[in-house]
Amino acid sequence: MTILVYLIPVALSLGLLALGAFLWSLRSGQYDDLDGAGARILDDHDLPDRRPD
Amino acid sequence: MSPAIDLSAFIHRDTKTGLNRLDLAIEGIDCAACIGDIERGIGRMKGVIEARLNYTNRRLGVAWQGEDVAPDAIVARLRQLGYRAHPFEASRQEQIETAEMRFLIRCLAISGFAAMNIMLFSVSVWSGNVTDITSDTRDMFHWLSALIALPAAAYAGQPFFRNAWRAIRNRNMTMDVPISLGILLALGMSLYETLHSAEHAYFDSAVMLLFFLLLGRVLDQVMRKKTRSVADNLMALKGETAVLLDTSGEARQVPVRAVKIGDLVLVRPGERIAVDGRVEAGQSAVDASLVTGETMQDQIGPGVQVYAGTLNIGGTLHVRVTAAHEGTLLDEVNRLVAQAADARSRYLRLADRAARIYSPVVHLAALATCIGWILIGASLHDAIITAIAVLIITCPCALALAVPATQVVASGALFKAGLLLQAPDGIERAAQCDTVVFDKTGTLTLPEPRIANRDAVNPVLLEEAARLALSSRHPLAMALSAEAHRRAPFEDAEEVTGEGIRAVVDGVEYRLGSASFCEAETMAAAALGTQRDASLIAFRRGDECAVFLLKQALRPDAAETVARLRAKNYALAILSGDNEAAVAQVARALGIAEWKSGLKPADKIAALATLKRDGRRVLMVGDGLNDAPALAAAHASLSPVSAAHVAHASADALFIGEGLAPVDAMLGLSRKAVRVMKDNLWIAVVYNLIAVPLAVFGHVTPLIAAAAMSGSSIIVTLSALRASQPMRAALPSHPVATRAPRSEARLAS
Repeated sequence: MTILVYLIPVALSLGLLALGAFLWSLRSGQYDDLDGAGARILDDHDLPDRRPD
Repeated sequence: MSPAIDLSAFIHRDTKTGLNRLDLAIEGIDCAACIGDIERGIGRMKGVIEARLNYTNRRLGVAWQGEDVAPDAIVARLRQLGYRAHPFEASRQEQIETAEMRFLIRCLAISGFAAMNIMLFSVSVWSGNVTDITSDTRDMFHWLSALIALPAAAYAGQPFFRNAWRAIRNRNMTMDVPISLGILLALGMSLYETLHSAEHAYFDSAVMLLFFLLLGRVLDQVMRKKTRSVADNLMALKGETAVLLDTSGEARQVPVRAVKIGDLVLVRPGERIAVDGRVEAGQSAVDASLVTGETMQDQIGPGVQVYAGTLNIGGTLHVRVTAAHEGTLLDEVNRLVAQAADARSRYLRLADRAARIYSPVVHLAALATCIGWILIGASLHDAIITAIAVLIITCPCALALAVPATQVVASGALFKAGLLLQAPDGIERAAQCDTVVFDKTGTLTLPEPRIANRDAVNPVLLEEAARLALSSRHPLAMALSAEAHRRAPFEDAEEVTGEGIRAVVDGVEYRLGSASFCEAETMAAAALGTQRDASLIAFRRGDECAVFLLKQALRPDAAETVARLRAKNYALAILSGDNEAAVAQVARALGIAEWKSGLKPADKIAALATLKRDGRRVLMVGDGLNDAPALAAAHASLSPVSAAHVAHASADALFIGEGLAPVDAMLGLSRKAVRVMKDNLWIAVVYNLIAVPLAVFGHVTPLIAAAAMSGSSIIVTLSALRASQPMRAALPSHPVATRAPRSEARLAS
């Protein structure tokens, strides 16, 4: 059963990593505009060199 | 063109980076391509560092450095692009709700993480218990579960613990009390059992319960926030501005929310008075129909109190902004609203009524179990463990989700029907109503006059006139501008004071305004001869000419909706502040026999009190300042979005669009929702009838507890989905959304 000594910390730290990633994404406002995010991915005009002055 | 608006009150200056920020609510966004149009259009303006559109709530945030950009230039640029924009300041309520939602989602994430990882250990223990787990390994798994569960519950349980504590301190009983008790007992008992190397621990049940309940609350909050942001946008898009006179006598146009008490405001002819105040100088005739419901005009002069929403028709007025003063109409309305709202706050919600019955029954059952086991000779330890198991398995997961889950689904359905629910318990109260009382002006009739001779005019001229009207703030022109299909106004339109508005388009002169301004007197006289109660506005394009008649009209589906309500056996009545002849005409057109006219706010409340004495429960539908006390006093209430501010605040729900069908939808959907809520409560009762005997006789293991809890929660949630369909009889024969004006429909889509 010594395998548990590695497996449990690995399982828990993976879980914590996911929790941390979610909380970070929440704080950085990625859930504030869910409809917009879906539409923006189709927009091709976001390349900086195509933006005239 | 109206003068530029001074937006300085809405600019947020970041002292660290030196950036200025402005938030705008945008009207006219109808597809995803608008995101790029707006962001590139504004982003290319010199000095602008960032322009970011939130497509979900239709708001644009603009940031720029220093003084390079004039904020009104941003609004003007958006107008050129074909969008109307208004400065937006999130209401305090919305800020609180946003913060609350982030907190709830954090709680949900943490309880979700904890539930999944504890389940990892629990499943190992359960499968180990029937095979060959050693008690050392089991203890280690239990300790690891405790290590995750205790801090997670301490954080994620806060929303419930706080509410429960508040309820206990106020000697109240809400569903949060048994929830908190169940969670704390489950955790405490599991910890005790772990300390003594016992076989069963309930850490997974406690955390899973938190996860399910938080899920319900998050969904509720999402729906509430969505409703709130649409309502706030509609408020901002009313675009109410006032012309402020500073001490040097200089005038600048500011958004209404930037006006303070004691300021002096200039009101020009044709404008709506945007503030409550006292006239200091000037004589004029005003139309106070939004305030009193009367369609007759009043003559006013210095010293007279005027109210926000009053239309100034005659001359220029100087108004000193005041708070409510003793003896004024506003003061009386506020006092009556406070009284009436106090009475209604005593309404006991369905979930709380269930909690009041449920808690004593369950807690007595647990106590009886404990005593019973001791009497038949079990050890004190076993008796208490069994009693706690009863509390854990009855912990009202299904019961606590029964009402909120239905509420979420129902308010989503109401939202689709064009209704913004403001009071969470409004659904339950509306479901009990058997009588519908309407105000007349602005409720049964449209708030703005409508074109009455559409068939008699050239549609091309109508479109051009309506686009020119977009540049004017005169009420008749604004009513006409609703006809424009292209929402981009002509450039360089200029207002000719007291006459109208003119613009030169492709070398041709366009004029919109009085008949003499457009040289259309003979045509005007001919058109007016047929319709006496209409107002007239004329248009000239080069040699071509047209006159448009505008008049108060019933909402397009008023007769149909009234007939449908009558068919469903609702008693109907009209209570109006307008004169007898006007009310009688509308009552006759709609076939409503019971009507009263010339009522003051207190008279409306008295009329409602009479109905209440007769045992009737009233849904009040009204929009005026004078309706606000009646809206607060009625059993449930609805307001159109165009209503006066005080009426807004008093209504349980707001409806958007031109139709009256949302009234029918509100009644149908809320009846259905309450029926589903009751079904759900019965499902929870049946679940307990099965689970409690198992627990009482000591057959509940953590595995059974976990399966029973998640099973019942899922059944109740699925059952709640039924609330999105109104009862068959209440199904509207056509979708409401198609009747909403373009701008509002877009906001709600």
